[in-house]
Amino acid sequence: MIKTSEIIETINMVDKEHFDIRTITMGISLFGCIKDTARDTANAVYDLICSRGKNIVKVANDLSVEYGVPVVNKRVSVTPASFLTAKFMGEEIEIALALDKAAKEIGVDFIGGYSALVHKSMTESEKSFILSIPEVLSKTERLCSSVNVGSTRAGINMDAVKLVGEVVKKAADITKDGLGAAKFVAFCNAVEDNPFMAGAFHGVGEGDCVINVGVSGPGVVQNALKSIPNASITELAEVVKKTAFKITRVGNLVLDEASKRLGAERGIVDLSLAPTPVIGDSVGHILEEMGLEEVGCHGTTACLALLNDAVKKGGVMACSNVGGLSGAFIPVSEDIGMINAADSGSLTLSKLEAMTAVCSVGIDMVAIPGDTPVSTISALIADEMAIGMVNNKTTAVRIIPVPNKTVGEYVEFGGLLGRAPIMPVHNKSAEKFISRGGRIPAPIHGNKN
Amino acid sequence: MKCVLTVIGKDKPGIIAKVSNLLANKNVNIEDISQTIMQSTFTMIMLVNIENATATMKDLKEELVSLGEEIGVSIHLQHEAVFDAMHKV
Repeated sequence: MIKTSEIIETINMVDKEHFDIRTITMGISLFGCIKDTARDTANAVYDLICSRGKNIVKVANDLSVEYGVPVVNKRVSVTPASFLTAKFMGEEIEIALALDKAAKEIGVDFIGGYSALVHKSMTESEKSFILSIPEVLSKTERLCSSVNVGSTRAGINMDAVKLVGEVVKKAADITKDGLGAAKFVAFCNAVEDNPFMAGAFHGVGEGDCVINVGVSGPGVVQNALKSIPNASITELAEVVKKTAFKITRVGNLVLDEASKRLGAERGIVDLSLAPTPVIGDSVGHILEEMGLEEVGCHGTTACLALLNDAVKKGGVMACSNVGGLSGAFIPVSEDIGMINAADSGSLTLSKLEAMTAVCSVGIDMVAIPGDTPVSTISALIADEMAIGMVNNKTTAVRIIPVPNKTVGEYVEFGGLLGRAPIMPVHNKSAEKFISRGGRIPAPIHGNKN
Repeated sequence: MKCVLTVIGKDKPGIIAKVSNLLANKNVNIEDISQTIMQSTFTMIMLVNIENATATMKDLKEELVSLGEEIGVSIHLQHEAVFDAMHKV
């Protein structure tokens, strides 16, 4: 039998340290749904998602009861929708509404995959698709959207970056408090099996139906570090690794069982430390536990690099298939430590940018003034994409130019999306750079053949 | 299905009796039991088999939780696999 102390440790992780399975995400291929008209395609999409995903909520809830570990979100990701809408330029919304309706019917929290992959270039239909995103986000509730605008192999499609800046601005302008922009991500090196929103989509290299699981546990890591207040940095890394191993093992177990019960392919575990706005569930606080006065001060990037790497190492050992983003997330509005640091001025956009070079995502859930010029938004995206492209890693941008609000004010999204202080952006213009268009060539190390 | 039942709280007479009684009423078999005081807290761990239980795991958990509230202890019931996964390589 397992040792008493180990049983108590597991129970405390859930009861006191907010350990949970953050999401069970079912990836569904929609290629078989492509028909001659938008209406027929939309109907086929709706029917397929409802039939494949009808038991996901029940299975997630059953597993939650049996294992005593909460499964917080149930989600669906689908084939990037731009592949489905190529024939129906101008009618993209039909597919979007079908996706949203299907998500509501089966009871999942979010559905991801209103997405396009344009890292090298864009077709006319993909351009039309990207332009449809703001309206789609304003007319749907649970649908999330993403566009991959760069990769280490292809470089950065700056025409797409320009367009995506416009999408972010418009999506924010036509939704309450800019919420539309919180459901949209621009990516470099997007991964095909990410279970987390808003960036999840079911990659073109995936099978018919797959289950991916995202685990989380910033509170567990923070508590483990708290128990060794005077340890050396080497010891910190070791403890993070061991903790990541334990929480990923539970993700692995849930992945096995969920895919079996749902009759789907066993996908990956994404071992990410995903914070929530609750106290005791913050990545920012882990970094502070390592010895920073407040996240954002000098030393933050180094602490985050250590954390991200140790999480990956522990997790990889715990699960045969690790994927997704896997690392530490730093969404400002969803992390109480980050919110406080942004509020006090410790955490700036420039520091966040540096942090994204060493963690698993990018500039995430950052609120900026509503009057930020579109070219500045595009330029911010371009910077972030450049970090991903050169470092051969995924980077993402999810920023919200909050309408009619400026620095010093707050935006309240509620729930998991949390609240955010409006952060200042650089006020010098990159208009000329963004207006040039074209492509940033791939870095030399992208050419590996 | 084998589950681990954990009772944590302040020690007092009758905890084991009450928990065992509830389990017996639901036809749950106790396969192993250990009890200790950890950091002045009463901790009891039972390995139980709910295969022939007359209640679903969800209902059983709810009844155990409310029994726990009644006698002032916290009671958890979890599939054994979660502990094996986490603590065995």
